[in-house]
This record gives sequence, structure tokens and C-alpha cells, in this order.
Amino acid sequence: MDRDFGLTEDQREILAAVREFVREKAAPAAPGYEEKHELPRDLFRRLGEMGLAGIPYDERYGGAGQPFLTYLTVLEEVASGFFSLALTLSVHHLSASGLHRFGSDSLKEKYLPRLCSGEWLGAYALSEASSGSDAASLRTRADRSGDGSSYRLTGSKRFITHGGEAEYYLVMARTGGEGPSGISAFVIERGWEGFDFGKLEEKMGWHASPMRELLFEGCQVPAENLVGDEGEGFTIALAGLDSGRLGIAACSTGLAQAAFDAAVAFARERSQFGKPIIEFQGLQFMLADMATQIEAARRLYREVGRLRDAGGDYSQAASMAKLFASDTAMRVTTDAVQVHGGYGYMQEYPVERYMREAKALQIVEGTNQIQRMVIGRRLASS
Amino acid sequence: MDFQLSEDHITTQKWVHEFAEKEIRPVAAQYDETEEFPWPVIKKAAEIGLYSLEFYMESVAQDPTGLVLPIAMEETCWGCAGIALGIFGTGLPLSALAYSGTPDQIMKWAPQMFGTPNEPRVASLCVTEPNAGSDVSALRTSARRDGDEWVLNGQKIFATNGGQAKVHIVVATVDPNLGHRGQAAFIVGPDTPGLRPGKKEKKLGIRASDTSEILLEECRVPLDNVVGGPEKLEAKMEKARSSSTKQSAALKAFEMTRPSVAAQAVGIARAAFEFATQYAKERNTFGRPIIEHEGVAFKLADMAMEIDAARLLTYRAAWLARNGTFEHAEGSMSKLKAGETAVWVTEQAVQILGGYGYIKDFPVEKWYRDAKIYTIFEGTSEIQRIVISRALARN
Ligand SMILES: Cc1cc2nc3c(=O)[nH]c(=O)nc-3n(C[C@H](O)[C@H](O)[C@H](O)COP(=O)(O)OP(=O)(O)OC[C@H]3O[C@@H](n4cnc5c(N)ncnc54)[C@H](O)[C@@H]3O)c2cc1C
Ligand SMILES: Cc1cc2nc3c(=O)[nH]c(=O)nc-3n(C[C@H](O)[C@H](O)[C@H](O)COP(=O)(O)OP(=O)(O)OC[C@H]3O[C@@H](n4cnc5c(N)ncnc54)[C@H](O)[C@@H]3O)c2cc1C
Repeated sequence: MDRDFGLTEDQREILAAVREFVREKAAPAAPGYEEKHELPRDLFRRLGEMGLAGIPYDERYGGAGQPFLTYLTVLEEVASGFFSLALTLSVHHLSASGLHRFGSDSLKEKYLPRLCSGEWLGAYALSEASSGSDAASLRTRADRSGDGSSYRLTGSKRFITHGGEAEYYLVMARTGGEGPSGISAFVIERGWEGFDFGKLEEKMGWHASPMRELLFEGCQVPAENLVGDEGEGFTIALAGLDSGRLGIAACSTGLAQAAFDAAVAFARERSQFGKPIIEFQGLQFMLADMATQIEAARRLYREVGRLRDAGGDYSQAASMAKLFASDTAMRVTTDAVQVHGGYGYMQEYPVERYMREAKALQIVEGTNQIQRMVIGRRLASS
Repeated sequence: MDFQLSEDHITTQKWVHEFAEKEIRPVAAQYDETEEFPWPVIKKAAEIGLYSLEFYMESVAQDPTGLVLPIAMEETCWGCAGIALGIFGTGLPLSALAYSGTPDQIMKWAPQMFGTPNEPRVASLCVTEPNAGSDVSALRTSARRDGDEWVLNGQKIFATNGGQAKVHIVVATVDPNLGHRGQAAFIVGPDTPGLRPGKKEKKLGIRASDTSEILLEECRVPLDNVVGGPEKLEAKMEKARSSSTKQSAALKAFEMTRPSVAAQAVGIARAAFEFATQYAKERNTFGRPIIEHEGVAFKLADMAMEIDAARLLTYRAAWLARNGTFEHAEGSMSKLKAGETAVWVTEQAVQILGGYGYIKDFPVEKWYRDAKIYTIFEGTSEIQRIVISRALARN
């Protein structure tokens, strides 16, 4: 089966380069970074040098001007070798996309080139301790100064990937009253006064993807750093998530593929009762289901990527892709542990890590319940 | 037919629950993190008699329903399955000994498996080898008779308590021509030369439990240390050579302990379910507690139902193990159902906590990691399906 069926020559060429990078550099380094709980900053920089930190963005701002689909296939490829590195790329992209689509020219000129080159790393800050799914209830305040030249941010953001590591933060905060229309988006730089970080969160997986709380205590943000208009922040946040969800779907597919490849290799090698365990139907059917689901997830996210590239309304479809691909990653990684028997439970083999990594995919960028709400609401209203 | 637990059962349940709540839960995260063996907790369990030979000989053996052990297991694993395996791991070699050992062997070795409350000890059952996991007939570890001794050679892996135990029960092949019928279990006493722990495994979960490699190099044990005694072994081998007999003793022991393993899985599932339910009552989104969103509420309903179903299968199997036989692989059914339920329920619990389910500030992610072992050890889910379907084909 040609995994890359339907991709252009250009896309195949880019993927070939990415595959080599993943095989030679990223995959071998993954266990080390995971163990040290360290962001693979050098590998991310290398991706930037390869022109992969701003794939779908305007060439004017240092992007590669490529279709979104290209970016998604790259994510999948990276995820299959070093999952956390793909996440880094995905969150980086999420943080830049709001600016790219809604920001003023001067703001874009200031920040996008640094982001697209991979010199700077981005973070996206929407969630707070008591508002995740219900993000429109966020409480971080951004109060405009009397002369209108700046905003003062007060509050905190929880669960922020790259918190403390990134130089650039897209932060959603409340400038107006309650509800989504009171929210605005800001670009904030690390190092600004009144902007600090909490402790490194200890997680079940994604260890090479550090996460910290963002703490704002009267942090002064110049008015130019408002992205779009006041009150437009929630729209910006959600637009980013539509793209982001496709990214998570691609990452999920790559992770599932890695687990599946490991499971097939093990099942061919391992013999019990006088034959390779892959020859037992009970196990072979499990693998057949895994293969089928992965291929379906891949086809789905790529097709939705094409829909996005064609300018179609893809929000509901993006939720479907995220829901299906992350559920697939969860099931496939869990079954990959099962196929490995006792060995699957040991940290010496990679599959237990894949299983820990898969779980968060059903939670981030809208839990899978929220995806069902997005899909279901449309059904109820049309 | 009566679905009520007896007074005694409820007393046991409360007693163990209190211990789990006071002594196990508070230290569970710490042992998960360090992967140390929970000796201090085992000592406390020994002091109150939960970790003791008496518990098995009196409370468990004299309970006509067979439910005491599963009840105790569920409560302990509600506290922490890793620590619980430290406390109950000795039960497995003990049942291998008790199932086919001579009275003299039991008298001599069972107390040594437990030690004393002041100086508790643990024991280990070593069956699995690098090339023999599900297929136990493929064991390569050999037992050679040399005068009045047995000489053991081979490599065992994944032995629970392996690196901590003073008494190891080692299953080895005496006559390779007879497959699993040519195997026997050998008691290797404290500090026997030739037995040494090898690599200690780093694991996804149950990290307080010691899982170790055991290396046997010209390990000599007295002739009498074959479980069941040398005469019985001779007779068994003779019979095996002339006809086809039933399963090996080690396998039989596995079969009888399946409901206990199932109960452990139920304990983890219940811990996660209770935590998630409480959380769902307290956490608000979109103006109400998340338990009021059907997407969450229905999940909790299914979790409650699955746990009850698993427990009922477990109780039935435990009762049958004591009061009848497994005609329809009821032991395997309980283990399969409970193992799969634990994995599913803990995964749903992580989901219900959202981002908080994924971080170590809450215990749910650990329960999720712990649960997965229950579809793997003591017969994988696939092996349980083989046992169940073979019973169907046979009947
Ligand atoms: C590893 C990791 C990385 C993250 N990175 C980022 C980041 O970079 N930036 C960022 O802003 N955030 C990030 N997050 C936060 C993440 O987006 C939130 O955790 C997620 O949106 C869920 O919010 P919550 O944790 O508050 O759960 P809650 O919203 O409290 O949800 C709890 C449970 O209730 C369910 N639920 C809620 N409402 C409903 C409803 N109406 N109907 C049915 N079910 C419902 C949810 O599905 C979930 O199961 C990250 C989280 C993790 C775990
Ligand atoms: C934490 C832990 C503790 C353990 N404690 C002990 C202990 O105390 N003592 C001890 O002796 N052992 C112990 N074990 C070993 C455990 O019992 C084995 O891991 C288990 O029996 C599976 O064997 P395996 O790992 O060799 O997997 P394999 O047997 O190689 O199985 C690999 C995969 O193939 C599947 N499979 C195998 N045969 C078939 C078939 N015919 N049809 C369909 N599918 C099949 C299995 O279900 C599994 O999915 C422990 C293991 C672990 C992980």
C-alpha cells in the first residue's frame, strides 16, 4: 500500500528529506530527551533550518508557502519517530497561526520571521486552572491603561506546553465582560516584567514537552501586541484550534504507526507454541484492525487538510479527524503493549511510552467529548 | 443463593480497607516514583496480621465461601496495586506449595516464606523464561538429579518479588521429552548458592512491585525440595510417559488463583471510579458539575456497571474454586473481564479528569498505568480466551 498516495511530487520530496532526518537524527535521540524531561531544542532548530518551522505560512514572513496538507504529513512523519518533537512543532504552529491570520502587518513582521525560522519557539495559552473545556469562562484580566498605550495582565494560565521554554506566547485574556466576546489575544514575550512561570508539571508522558503555568502579575503589554481587535480573542483562539486539531490528528496517526510497526516486528519475531505469534489468528486480527484504523485516520486527516487548503469549511471535519485519530492512537498503542505481552510493560521497550503518550491526545485541544459536541451541535442545528 | 456478604466478610473488608487507606494510599505515589520495594508497609501489614501465614491458614482457608481473599485483595489494591503485590505476591508461591506440597514441606517452608512480623520475608514463583511466557511447556530451565541433590540451571525472568525473596519456587524441566508434564517445581531456600537475582525491571506501572530476573547456575537443592516429594514426582513421570495426564501443578495453581488476580484488578478500577465520580461532582464546566453532562454521566454509569459485573464474576469464580470446579473456565472469565475492565475504567477516569488526569498531582494516571498489567500477567487476555473457548469446544 502506498502510504503517500495522492501527494504531489513536491510533498513526496519534502517527506523524503523529513524521513531521513527522523531516521538519522530525531528517532535515535527521542529516548534520551524523554528520560531527561528536556525539550529537544536543537532538533527543533534543525527543523527550522530545514524550512519546516513555518511550512504553511507566507514566504513574505519567512514561511515556506506550502499547503497545509504538507505540514500535516510532516507532523505525522516526525511523530512516528519522536512524538514530543512533533508536538513541539504542532504547538509552535498553533501559537503562530492566530498571529498569521489575524495580526497586523507590523506585528507579523516583527514576530513571524523569527518563528518561521525556528529561532524562536511559540506557546499557546488559553487554559486556566478552572477553565479548560469551557475556555470562554477564563479569568485572566487584561486591563487597558488610561492612555490606551498598553494593557496590564493579571492572572494565570495552567497546562501551557512550552511554558518557560518559549520566547513567544499567544495569550488569551479578558479585556471586557463575561463570555467569549470579552476575550482578546495578545503576543507576550518571555522576560517581560510581571510575567513568570510556575513549576515544571509532572505528567504521565510527553516528558520532552515541558509544561508550566504562566503567572501574570501586572505584566505590561504594549497595545501593538493585541492580535486582531479587542473582543476577537476567542475567535482567534478557536480558529487556531481548528488547525491545531488537524495537527493533533496527524501526530496521533504517526504515534499509532510507530506503535503498530513495533507490534508487527515483535509479533513476527516472537514465537510461542512453536510458531511466530503473528500466525495466531487472535493476534493477527488484532493487528489487522490496528492497520485498518491507522489507514482510516490517515486518509481522514489528509482529506480534511485538502478541504482546508481548498478554502472549505473544515471545522466540523477537523473535529472528526482529531476524535478518530486520537481514539485510534489510544487503542493501537494499548494493543501494541498487549501484543508484546510482559515485554510491553517494561520500559526497555518503547510501546509503554507510546501508550502513555497517546492518552493526552484525547484530552488536549478540546477533549474528545468537546469534539463530539462540536460535531453534534452542528447536527442539532442544521 | 445469597448475594449478601457475611458479617465476617464485612469485618475483613473494613479491616483491610482501613489499612489501605491509612498505610498504603498515602505512600503509593512515593513508591511509584522511586520503584523501591515497600518493606515498611509490608512490615506494618505483618504487624496487623494481614501479611502472615495465619491469614492464609485461618481466615482464607477456613472461609467456606472463598470470598475472603478476593475481598482483601480488592481493598488492598484499592490502596495501591504495586504495594498490594508486595503484600500478596507471596500468595502465589504459597499456593504452588500448598497445592501439591507434602504436609512436611508446607510445615517447613510456608513459615519461611513469610518470616516474622519483626522480620518479614517474601517469596517468589519463577516460571516465565525469555522464550516461555504464554507457552509454559517450553521451559528450558533444567533440573538434573545428582545423587541426593537436584541441580538447577537456567534463566527465569519477570519474577514478582524475585529480587527480594528468600524462598523461590522454581519450575524446571526434569524430562524434556514430556513437555509440561515433565516439569516440576523446586523449593530453593534462603541464600542457596547458585541462585541470584539478575536485572530488576523498570515498568509502566505496579512500580512498587519487584519484577526481577533470576539466574540459576548449578544451583543445588536437596532431593526433598521437589514440591510433592521425589516419590510423587517419580510416579507422575511414570504416568506421563505411559499416558496423557492433566496439567502441570504450576498451571493448576495459576488456575485457582485467577479470581484473586481478578479481585486485584477490580480494586484498581474501583479506586479510579470513586475518584472520578467525586471529581465529576465537584468540577464545573458550562455552569454545572460535569456529572450533569450526559457525556460524562453515561461514562460513569458504564464504569459502575462494568465494575459490578467484574466483581460478580470474581465472586462466583472464587466461590467455585472453593466449592466446586471450573466447568466453564469461570476462573479465566473473571480474570479476563476484570483485567479488561480495569484498563477501560482507569482510562475513562483519566479522561473525566481532563488535563488533571494526565498530571501526577492526582493518582488517576498511576492507576491507569497499574491497570494494564492485569491483561498481561497470570495469563494474558488472549490466553484466558483460549482457556474459555477450549472449555466450550470440550463441553
Ligand atoms: C499534556 C497537556 C498539554 C496541554 N497544553 C496546553 C497548551 O499548550 N495550551 C493550553 O491552553 N492548554 C493546554 N492544555 C490544557 C487542555 O487544553 C485542557 O486540559 C483541556 O482543554 C481540558 O480542560 P480541563 O483539563 O480543564 O478539563 P475539564 O474542562 O474540566 O473537563 C473535565 C471532563 O469533563 C468533560 N466535559 C467538560 N464539559 C463537558 C460537556 N459540556 N459535555 C460533556 N463532557 C464535558 C471533559 O471532556 C473532561 O472529560 C494541555 C493539557 C495537557 C494534558
Ligand atoms: C509485572 C510482571 C510480573 C510478572 N510476575 C511473574 C511471576 O511472578 N512469575 C512468573 O513466572 N511470571 C511472571 N510474569 C510473566 C507473565 O506471566 C508473562 O509475561 C505472561 O505470561 C506473558 O508471557 P510473555 O510475556 O512471554 O508474552 P508472550 O507469551 O510472548 O505473548 C505475547 C503476545 O502473544 C499473545 N499470544 C501468545 N500465544 C497466543 C496464542 N496461542 N493465540 C493468540 N495470542 C497469543 C499473548 O497474549 C501476547 O499478546 C510477570 C510479568 C510481568 C509483566
